[in-house]
Amino acid sequence: MPKPKVAFYWCASCGGCEETVVDLAEDILAVVEKVDIVLWPVALDFKYRDVEAMADQSIVATLLNGAIRSSEQEAMARLLRRKSRYLIAYGSCACTGGIPSLANQFPREQILKFNYEDAPSVVNEAKTRPQLVFEEEGRRPHLPELHHVVRSLDQVVDVDYYIPGCPPTPKITQAAVTALLDGRLPPKGAVLAPDIALCEECPRRDSKPTNVVFTAFKRTHQQLLDPQLCLLAQGVVCMGPATRQGCGAQCLAGNMPCTGCFGGTDRIKDQGAKILSSLCANIEPKEVADINKVLAGIPDPVGTFYRYGLAKSLLRRKVDLPGNNGK
Amino acid sequence: MENETPPTSGNGSWSPRIIAFFCNWCTYTAADLAGVSRLKYAANTRTIRLMCSGRVDPQFILEAFAKGADGVLIGGCHPNDCHYAEGNYKMLRRFQLLKRMLKDLGIAEERFRLEWISAAEGEKVKSVINDMVKKITALGPLDLPGKVADWDREMTEPAPAVESAPVETEVAHA
Amino acid sequence: MDKVNGNHDVRIGFYVCNCGTNIAAMVDVQAVAKYVAALPNVVVSRDYKYMCSDPGQELIQKDIKEFGLNRIVVAACSPLLHEHTFRSAVEAGGLNPFFFHMVNIREHDSWVHTDRDEATAKAKALARAGIRRVARHRALEVKKVPVHPDVLVVGGGIAGIHAALTLAKSGKKVYLVEREPSIGGHMAKFDKTFPTLDCAACILTPKMSEVGAHENITLWSYSEVVKMDGYVGNFKVTVRRKPRYVLEDLCTGCQECISHCVYKEPKFPDAFNEHLGKRKPVYIPFPQATPQVVLIDPEVCLNFRRGVLTDKCKKPCVEACGDRKAIDFKQKEELKEIKVGTIIVATGFKTFDVGRMPQYGYGRYPNVYTALEVERLVNASGPTAGDVLLRDGHHPKSIGIIHCVGSRDKNTNRWCSRVCCMYSMKLAHLLKEHTEAEIYNFYIDIRAPGKGYEEFYDKLLEEGVHFIRGRVGEVTDWAFIPEEEGKLVIRVEDTLAGVVRRIPVDMVVLATGLEPHADAQNVRRLFNMSCGTEGFFLERHPKLAPVNTFTDGIFLAGCCQSPKDIPDSVAQAGAAAAEALVLIDTGHIEQEPNTAYVVEAECSGCKSCIPLCPYTAISLLPDKKKAYINEALCKGCGTCVAACPSGSIVQNLFEDAEIFSEIDGLLEPTSV
Repeated sequence: MPKPKVAFYWCASCGGCEETVVDLAEDILAVVEKVDIVLWPVALDFKYRDVEAMADQSIVATLLNGAIRSSEQEAMARLLRRKSRYLIAYGSCACTGGIPSLANQFPREQILKFNYEDAPSVVNEAKTRPQLVFEEEGRRPHLPELHHVVRSLDQVVDVDYYIPGCPPTPKITQAAVTALLDGRLPPKGAVLAPDIALCEECPRRDSKPTNVVFTAFKRTHQQLLDPQLCLLAQGVVCMGPATRQGCGAQCLAGNMPCTGCFGGTDRIKDQGAKILSSLCANIEPKEVADINKVLAGIPDPVGTFYRYGLAKSLLRRKVDLPGNNGK
Repeated sequence: MENETPPTSGNGSWSPRIIAFFCNWCTYTAADLAGVSRLKYAANTRTIRLMCSGRVDPQFILEAFAKGADGVLIGGCHPNDCHYAEGNYKMLRRFQLLKRMLKDLGIAEERFRLEWISAAEGEKVKSVINDMVKKITALGPLDLPGKVADWDREMTEPAPAVESAPVETEVAHA
Repeated sequence: MDKVNGNHDVRIGFYVCNCGTNIAAMVDVQAVAKYVAALPNVVVSRDYKYMCSDPGQELIQKDIKEFGLNRIVVAACSPLLHEHTFRSAVEAGGLNPFFFHMVNIREHDSWVHTDRDEATAKAKALARAGIRRVARHRALEVKKVPVHPDVLVVGGGIAGIHAALTLAKSGKKVYLVEREPSIGGHMAKFDKTFPTLDCAACILTPKMSEVGAHENITLWSYSEVVKMDGYVGNFKVTVRRKPRYVLEDLCTGCQECISHCVYKEPKFPDAFNEHLGKRKPVYIPFPQATPQVVLIDPEVCLNFRRGVLTDKCKKPCVEACGDRKAIDFKQKEELKEIKVGTIIVATGFKTFDVGRMPQYGYGRYPNVYTALEVERLVNASGPTAGDVLLRDGHHPKSIGIIHCVGSRDKNTNRWCSRVCCMYSMKLAHLLKEHTEAEIYNFYIDIRAPGKGYEEFYDKLLEEGVHFIRGRVGEVTDWAFIPEEEGKLVIRVEDTLAGVVRRIPVDMVVLATGLEPHADAQNVRRLFNMSCGTEGFFLERHPKLAPVNTFTDGIFLAGCCQSPKDIPDSVAQAGAAAAEALVLIDTGHIEQEPNTAYVVEAECSGCKSCIPLCPYTAISLLPDKKKAYINEALCKGCGTCVAACPSGSIVQNLFEDAEIFSEIDGLLEPTSV
């Protein structure tokens, strides 16, 4: 019997997700034995045309990481969707847009201009920008076009399962892959991580008093953090209460707050709105000026509350940015 | 205006749609009073009754904008008058940060408003709504569903129809 | 039919009310009914002239049976008006009453808009939201909570006394808790009462004795409520009983101990007499005090030093008490815990602190008195046995009464204290009777709105009491002319004559206003009540629930709610007692099932919700480390639901899914 075909692909991502796959260490060998990896650009050399040549649905599962922010990524997402029985959004960027979707706060032109002209490390006096098509030695190569909007995978194609995290932990990856190979799959659309917020598995949970109210919000560099005490009790914004568990509270072990990479639970539509609601309700002052003094400790609410999920937030993007006009 | 879908161009037939969240004890009652007093105000608000402004989940506000509201109005009891002691303060604190965050996300301040309206202030219901309608009319439509549709035109195929909203949670709540 | 929220085969009946022409004139009700008929899950859609009428309600019930409806939406007036009516109709039709939603298209639509097309479009949107919402409704149960029949009355002034007696006479057990050693409150200090001039003691004393003797009343004087837990029907209250050093059960009130005290003469200022008289370390506050039990003041008794027991005194009091053995110098304060179903708060007022208006010279000039001091001065059982003898040993020949001291004043208290005009005139009458002095009233307006009050004013005018309209600028002893020497000069602008006057008098009476007690905020918190801006306890509704508070089962009586005279205090106390009786005799209370609950399996134990609850209904289960909401304490505001960061708290009747469906319904394009 032929081994089931599996593909790994990356779009707008940092490569951290790929690291997780490698981090499975010996365990990956067990996986590799059982499957036939047909595409894994970060590790093995395959050509797109090889994938195109496959029969539709012939890949059992594709784990796709990274957000979709270019025409090429969109095309690959569609191709892999067609070729795969299960398309799995792997990691925060594929699930909810991830860090790349913070770009949804800015117009494409501003991003290109900064990266190709204004960034302090750039030397580009001719102000050359990547062209979609150019001629060189008789060839006409095409380059992918950057989208205006960064999208999660499911905003482009239908997604079967989600494995969250930046990156997902080897543990939940292992569990997901095993479930997949054993055919023990939950209903379509499920997030393959426990549907309870992080606090439950946080070693600092019991250190949090029941009467935490906020008189100031401090950022991690502004004070020495007690390594045992709940960070919210120390006035540090921790996304744990609004974030799905499954990571083992590793950031907390490193004395850093949860920044929300696993996304919210199934019961909420907007992780940022929910943590905002909870934090703000528990602010102590009652007068507007005093409230704002406390809130000044959160100078960038979008970046704080939607670090991994702006694309999948209810608003998705700064609303007054240009769309695809001119195309 | 049988068809409520706001045309995005200013052809004169567009008028703002405002979702209002009123607390049961003060502002909803004030709106009832405005009715009983036969005050006349713009027909642009649609009110959702909640027991307390403290129940207003910021998700409701974002959902309203995402589904096409041009403005969101929250009405609660005056400070110290909350039927539930301090629910209105909890909303006030959320409002302060949410307002800033919405501004960062390109939603003009005039589109999001928190007002303390006591059960006796039918007149204030009228003046607040009329004022808000006037300001939002001047801003023009927000039309987020239309914007998203426009953004998605850069893709080669339409976005999947099903928004992958959280699956329904009936099991646990039953 | 669509499957919504796990509910198979949702079958909705929709009814739009014409309300005569109240709705139909501005909203095209037929168009609304036609539009809604085409929405998913809608089986029946009708318009009807008066939905709230019997035939209207029967129509719903008939349709439920005929079409197998399982959800009902009525678009009509405000749910605050008729939600209950229609829930009952739905229940009578055989459905759970909460499979109903009411859409307000009258107060919020037809009555406030002027364009029929716009109003109709709005009605459609509101109806659509109701249809979407009701599909997600769940069957809920109205909870019945039993009401403990005992009542706590806090405060033993005339209001508390009347409330306690009313309840006791109807057979209810009452705990009456009073902070002072005796009940009676301010009224016990008054000489006569306006406008009838009955002697206050004569009408109050019998009621006080009745309280003391009533088998249904447990009277705890010299006691304070220190803690209240629980909720309507089931309050748990802790009362601190301060030590009197005299055992109440054993003391017969013979007062032998007082006459045998080592202090042969009264030496210490007597609070009951506004410090104008003196008492001994062992004393009874006033002759009619209830309970008739003496008490010992450890601050001045020789047996104590700074409150600590010594053996300095020979204790003739103990000897005098003899076999009764009522005196116990080792008595300690006691904490009593009681269970009651309802509470009446009648904690009264304090008079305005005249030190805040130094221009009137109180404390500086001995012959400036507060009105309450004068009540004691003119009282036959007062420190001077009714002889108006000034602090300087003279009898006054002229007296000025300054109204509105600490009332109607931006700098102190803005409110009218309601009783000062009348008691000032009463004192004017009594002082004239006692001294035959010339009496001048300085007033802003005379407020005499009560039965026989205006007539009393007329009577005073006939008696030759002077009334000068103007707020007094100052009281001074700086004489300009010989006639003013040795007198107190009242400087005032006579606003009727348009001149500034200087009136020299021998005695000044300050008609002090009424204020909330200094610790009213603590009492407010103790009982989960609200205060108005001025600090008086806030009634639930000024017209329709004037003795209710925002906490169910706690009622107000007397001046703790706002300044009022004796008749109003008594009437209000009766009303508060009646409200308590309604709860007790019903035996249970029905709670709107809009409480919140934590879904335990989903809760992460982050504790974010716990500090948010003003009713301390949320606690952390110590074993499971999950939040838990005590449904009996939850009032259904939903603040914790909105704030739960993982969406693990649900509010009945206001579930997230219900509200989201309402939002989406309101904003869906109307495709007709």
